[in-house]
Amino acid sequence: MADVTLDAKGLNCPLPILRAKKALKDMTSGQILAIEATDPGSAKDFESFCSQTGNELVKASEANKVYYYEIRKP
Amino acid sequence: MANQKKLAIIATKGTLDFAYPPLILATTAAALDYEVTIFWTFYGLQVLKKKRNLLISPLGNPAMPMPIPMPVLVQMLPGMESMATIMMKQKMASKGVASIDDLMEMALESDVKMIACQMTVDLFDFKHSELIDGLEYAGAARFFEVAQEADITLFI
Repeated sequence: MADVTLDAKGLNCPLPILRAKKALKDMTSGQILAIEATDPGSAKDFESFCSQTGNELVKASEANKVYYYEIRKP
Repeated sequence: MANQKKLAIIATKGTLDFAYPPLILATTAAALDYEVTIFWTFYGLQVLKKKRNLLISPLGNPAMPMPIPMPVLVQMLPGMESMATIMMKQKMASKGVASIDDLMEMALESDVKMIACQMTVDLFDFKHSELIDGLEYAGAARFFEVAQEADITLFI
């Protein structure tokens, strides 16, 4: 279950990443951020974002052109 | 952070399209916990104006996608640049692309350091009061001080 939800639908690169970063800043360790996005590039970008920042990408899926991610703050 | 990665960018262009790469890369790098510095020089200074009016021109830009084919002689008519700029801004907004104003604000919020080239400020007779607050004014030697510490250096 997500602690915080971010609606990044309709936003294009780099906004989903920037908004996610901002949301994570206000969260505490172990909390999960859920993100919905429509930018197809976000799939690779969230992988890269997590591998470079130490956040954990716990879920990534896509349905009807909406991408869903869950990120756990370390 | 002791091991914080660093990015140094030289931004030399002042058209609407070329204002994007330095600001997209800077804000994204900041989100990836980089310490970021942008050295704005020559036409790049236009991006730092308080009242920025960045334009895009189809002239001399054959790669720019146009809704209908447009001969060069038409592209040079008065008003074409403003029209192309308005169209591009509308297109960007409809695709959820951030505006330059927004990206600049996000860059400053995330502590991206901005250095304005004092030589070009003099060359173009710009006043410091015309440019946004919080800039450092310096020259090439200052850039090398930043760049020698940087993990990544880009010229745009």
